[in-house]
Amino acid sequence: MNARILTVLLLAWPGSALAQGFAGLGQDPGGFSLPAPDPVFQFPEDHGPHPDFRIEWWYLTANLEGADGKTYGAQWTLFRNALAPEDGTGWDTPQIWMGHAGLTTETEHYSTERFARGGIGTAGVTAEPFNAFIDDWAMAGPSLSEVTLTARGSDFAYRLEAKADGPFVPQGAAGYSVKSPEGQASYYYSQPFYTVSGALTLPEGEVSVTGTAWLDREWSSQPLSGDQIGWDWFALNFPDGEKMMAFRLRHEAAPDYINGTWIAADGTPEPIPPGKIAMRPEATTYVEGGGDVPTSWALSLPERGLDITVAAINPRAWMDTAIAYWEGPVRVAGSHPGIGYLEMTGYE
Amino acid sequence: MTGPALSAILSHWRRQPGQFLTMILGLALATALWTGVQAINAEARASYDRAAGALGGGTVDVFLRDGVGFQDADFVALRRAGWRVSPVIEGWIAAERGRVRLIGLDPLTAPPGTEAAAIAIGDPSDFLTGSGQILAAPATVDRLGTVPLDAVSARGLAPGFAFADIGIAQRLLDRPGEIDRMLIHPDQPMGLPDPAEIVPGITREEPQTAADLARLTDSFHLNLTAFGFLSFAVGLFIVNGAVGLAFEQRRVVFRTLRTLGLPVSTLIALLLAELLAIALVAGILGVGLGYLIAAALLPDVAATLRGLYGANVEGTLSISPLWWAAGLLIAFLGTAIAATGTLWKVARLPLLAPARPRAWARASMAALRWQLAASGLLAVLAVGAGFLGTGLIGGFALLGALLLAAALALPGLLSGALALGAHFAKRPLAQWFWADTGQQLPGLSLALMALLLALAANIGVGTMVSSFRLTFLGWLDQRLAAELYVTVESPAQAAALLEWADGRATALPNWQTDTVIAGAPGEVLTAADHATYRDHWPLLDALPDAWDAVASGTAAMVNEQLARREGLRPGDMVDLPGGPVTLAGIYSDYGNPKGQVLIAPDAFAGRFPDAPRQSFGLRVAPGEVAAIRESLATEIGLSPQRILEQGEIKRVSRQVFEQTFTVTGALNTLTLSVAGFAILTSLLTLANMRLPGLAPVWALGLTRAQLARIELVRAMLLALLTAIVALPVGLILAWVLLAVINVEAFGWKLPMYLFPGQWAALGGAAMGAALLAGLWPARRLARRPAADLIKVFAHER
Repeated sequence: MNARILTVLLLAWPGSALAQGFAGLGQDPGGFSLPAPDPVFQFPEDHGPHPDFRIEWWYLTANLEGADGKTYGAQWTLFRNALAPEDGTGWDTPQIWMGHAGLTTETEHYSTERFARGGIGTAGVTAEPFNAFIDDWAMAGPSLSEVTLTARGSDFAYRLEAKADGPFVPQGAAGYSVKSPEGQASYYYSQPFYTVSGALTLPEGEVSVTGTAWLDREWSSQPLSGDQIGWDWFALNFPDGEKMMAFRLRHEAAPDYINGTWIAADGTPEPIPPGKIAMRPEATTYVEGGGDVPTSWALSLPERGLDITVAAINPRAWMDTAIAYWEGPVRVAGSHPGIGYLEMTGYE
Repeated sequence: MTGPALSAILSHWRRQPGQFLTMILGLALATALWTGVQAINAEARASYDRAAGALGGGTVDVFLRDGVGFQDADFVALRRAGWRVSPVIEGWIAAERGRVRLIGLDPLTAPPGTEAAAIAIGDPSDFLTGSGQILAAPATVDRLGTVPLDAVSARGLAPGFAFADIGIAQRLLDRPGEIDRMLIHPDQPMGLPDPAEIVPGITREEPQTAADLARLTDSFHLNLTAFGFLSFAVGLFIVNGAVGLAFEQRRVVFRTLRTLGLPVSTLIALLLAELLAIALVAGILGVGLGYLIAAALLPDVAATLRGLYGANVEGTLSISPLWWAAGLLIAFLGTAIAATGTLWKVARLPLLAPARPRAWARASMAALRWQLAASGLLAVLAVGAGFLGTGLIGGFALLGALLLAAALALPGLLSGALALGAHFAKRPLAQWFWADTGQQLPGLSLALMALLLALAANIGVGTMVSSFRLTFLGWLDQRLAAELYVTVESPAQAAALLEWADGRATALPNWQTDTVIAGAPGEVLTAADHATYRDHWPLLDALPDAWDAVASGTAAMVNEQLARREGLRPGDMVDLPGGPVTLAGIYSDYGNPKGQVLIAPDAFAGRFPDAPRQSFGLRVAPGEVAAIRESLATEIGLSPQRILEQGEIKRVSRQVFEQTFTVTGALNTLTLSVAGFAILTSLLTLANMRLPGLAPVWALGLTRAQLARIELVRAMLLALLTAIVALPVGLILAWVLLAVINVEAFGWKLPMYLFPGQWAALGGAAMGAALLAGLWPARRLARRPAADLIKVFAHER
C-alpha cells in the first residue's frame, strides 16, 4: 500500500475533514469509546484487542548484543486502526492492521511494513494463548510474558525469544496516561522486563544475539490534541534495574507537554508529574526523507539526581514506512549510564 | 565598445518588431509541438497502462490457478507464509445502462503502480468498509447509474471499468470467497517457501494482457514520438528563416561595427548571447504552450490542470523539472541548428565587400543545383539505410535522410514545375506570372519546405494512425467473432450446452492451452470448421483449401510471429506435442509476443487430453443475443458472469483506444497551422522587397487589386504544388513507420491502408492555409498608396 492511501486513511476518519495532530491522532473520537481515569486492567483479556477504540498498538523494542560484539536494535510493532467502532467479519471488517519491523545495526537500518484486514485472517491478536500476527510475522507464545518474535523483509529477518521476569507496569495514573493539558489520554501499560535471545539475519549473514526488550501496550481513540505535531519518547534501562519512560509531546503553538514514569527495579511505577523532566536536543542528524532529527539529547530529573545524555547508536534509524518516523536503540551516559530506545515522530 | 555594439545590434528588433515576434513565435511553436506531443504520449501511455492494469494486473506478475481460481483461504495461506500477494476478482455486472466490467481489489495489499494507486484518490474508509463504494471514470459512472451501489467518479481510472473493494465485488458478482488471480508484490521477503506447497496447482505468470497491449501501444508511441520530431523540424524551418532574414538585414550594421574595430569574436559572442536570450524566452513560452496544447487535447482537462498547478497526482499530466529542461534544451538546440549557418557567414564576412542588402537567401541556379545534388545524395543514403541499416537507428536514419532529401529537392522540383508552366504560357501576363513566381521561389522556399514537411508528416502519421486503428479493430474482430463467449463449469455442463445449442446457435469450441512450440513457450488454439474462421481470420499466406486441411486434423495454422521466427512457410511441418502437422497457413496476430498454433477441436482433444475444454464461442443471430443469454441462464444454469458478450468487450477496448486517435487528429491540424504561419511570415517579409518587381507591372496598367489577386493565386498554386510533392513523401514516411520501424522494433509488420479522402482534405487544407497566409499581404498590397509604387522609380538605383 502506498503512503498516500494511508495518509488518506488516517486523515479521512469519519466526522473529521481536517488533518489533526501527527498521523491524524488528534481527531474527534466519533462513535468510539474514550479512555476513562482509574482503569483496572484485566489480564490476559486486556492483552487482546479493543475494537471499540480507534487505535491500539503492541510495540516491542529490543536492545541486543551480538556474538560478534556489536550492538543491535530490533523493533516489532503491530498497530490496529479502526475505521468504525465495530469488529465485522471477512473483507467488510473496519479493523485495519499495520505491522512495522525494524532492525538497527551500528551502521545500517532496515525497515519494512505490512497492511492487512482483520476479518479475513491475515492479521489479529488473541490474548491467550497470546498470538499477535500480521502475515508471517508474529509475537506469540503461551502468554504475553513468554513470546517468540518473528519478522522479515527483503533484506533482513529476525527470530527472538523474549521472556519477562517482572510484572506489567501501568503508565501514567494506574494506566491512564494523559497526553495533553486538555486531557487527551490513552490506556497504557508496559512490560520492560524481557530478557531476549535469538538470531538476526542480515545481508552479510546470521548473528546470534542476547539482550533486553521493552513492550508498550497502548490504546485510545483520540490520544493527541489537535495542535500536537509529534512526540519524542524514551524507554531507558539503568544498570541497577531501575527504568524510566519519558515522553515529550510537541505543540504547534504552546509549550511542550513532558511526562513520564520512574520504574523501580521490582516494577513499582512512580508517575513523574508533568514538567519535572527537562529534555533538550543536543545535536541533530539529517536523515533522507526525515529532515533534521535530534539524535543526541540531554535529560535531567533533579529529584532523582538524573543528569544524562542519550545518544543514538545509529543516528540514521529512520523507519521508511508509509507513516515514517525515527526509531532506534540509544546509549545513555552521565549520572545513570545505560541503554534504551528512542522514538521520534513528526519531524519530516 | 561592447555596450554600444550590443545596442546597435538590438536596435534592429526595435525597427522590426514583427520579425522579432515571428522568431520568438516560431521557436515557441516548435518547442510547444514537441513538448505537447511528449506530454500526450506520456499521458496516453499512462492510460494504456491503467487499462492494461485493469485487464491483466498491470506490470506485476500474477499467481493463477487454471480452471479453479482461488478461495479467500488460499490468499490468507500465502500471506501467512510470507508471500506479499494481493487478491483480484473481476466480472460483468448489470448496471442501469448496460453492463460494466467490475474489478474487485484490495487496496491494503495492492503492489505500487497498480490500480490501487488511483483508488487512493477517493475516500478509502468508504471504499474499504462494508457500506461499499464503486469507483469509476466519469463516463463509466454515468453508465453505472445508481445500480447497484453508489458509484463515485474518480479521475485517472481506465474508462469502461468499475472498481470496488474485493469483498464488495465478490458480493456483487455473487461469487463469495472467490479470487481470480493474485498480484505479486515486486518486493518479496527473503526465504519464502514454494507457493505450490501452499496452494497446489498455482502458477506464476507474467502480466500477459499487459504485455500484449504494451506491444501494440509501444509501436504507436514510437510513431508519435517520430511525429513530435517532425513537428519540431517544421518549427525549425520558421526559426531558420527568421534568423537568416534578421542577419541578412543587419549585414550593414555588422560590417560597420567590424570596420569600427569590433573584433569578430566579440560580434559572434554578442550574437550568441542574443540568440540564447531569444531561445530562453521562446523555450519557456513553448513549454508552457505545449502543456496548454496537451491540456486542451486530453479529455481530462481538470486532471491536467492539477498537473499545471504542481499537484503530483498519479496518472495526470504534470510538468516536472525534467520536462522544462528537455523543452528548453530542444529550444536551444533548435536555435543552434537554425543559426549555425548564419553565424558562420558572419564570422567570414568580408570586411571591405560592398554591403548591399541582398534579398535574403536569393539562391542562384548554382545553389539550386547544389541542393538537388545534396538531395539526391540523401535519397541514396535513405535507400541505403533502408536496405543495409539494421535496428531502429537504421529506420530513423532512413526517415531523417528521406525527409531532408525531399525538403531539399522541393525548390528544384517547384522551379521545374514553374518553368514548365512558363513554357506553355502564351499571354504576356501569364508569362510574367510564371516568371515572377519563379523569382519569388528562393524567398519562399524555406516556408514551403516547412509546409512540405508538415504535409508529409500529416499524411504519414494520418496513414499510420488510421492503419493502426483499422488493424486494431480488425484484430478485435478476428479475436471476438462470436456474439457470445461462455465458460461452463464442468464437462457435464459442456455436454448440456452442446445439446442445448443444437439448432439454436452454433457452439464453437474455444479451447486454448500453453505448450512448447519449436522450443519456446507458445499457445495452441482451436478453430472449428466454420465460416467464422474462414471469414474473419486474415491469412497472410496459405496453401489452397487451407481451412479444409485444418478441419481434417492433419494441418495447422500458425501466427506471423512464429512463422517469422522459425522461417516457416505453408507446406512445412510444425512440431507439436503428439506429432508434427502440416503448416496450412499463416495469419496475422498483432500484439502477441508468443508463437501460436491453430488446430481443429478434435485434434486438440487428441493431443491435449488434459487441457480444459470448457470455453465456447456462440454464434447467434444478432437480434437474439439477449434471449439466448436469458435462456443460457435458465436452461443450463450458467451464471451471468460466465457469459461474455462480444459487443461489450469490444466497446470497452475501443473506448480506451479512441481517445488517442482524436488527439492525433488535433495535432495534425496544429502542425499545419504552424506551416501556414511560416508561409505568412515569408510572404510578409517578401512583400516589401518585391515592390521594385511589382511597380513596373502596375505602371503597365494592372490595378493593385488585380496584383493582389494574382498574389493569392500564386500562394495557393505553390501550396498545391507542394502538397503534390508531399503526397509520395508522406506515403513513403508511413511505409517506413509501419513496415521498417515497426518490424525493427516489434517484429511484426502493420499493414498499410490508403486513405485518398484524407489526402484530398489535406490538399485543401494546405491551399486554405496558403490562402489565409496570403490574405493579409495581398490586402496590404491592394491598399498600398500608389505613391509607394511611384517612389520605386524615383529611388531606383
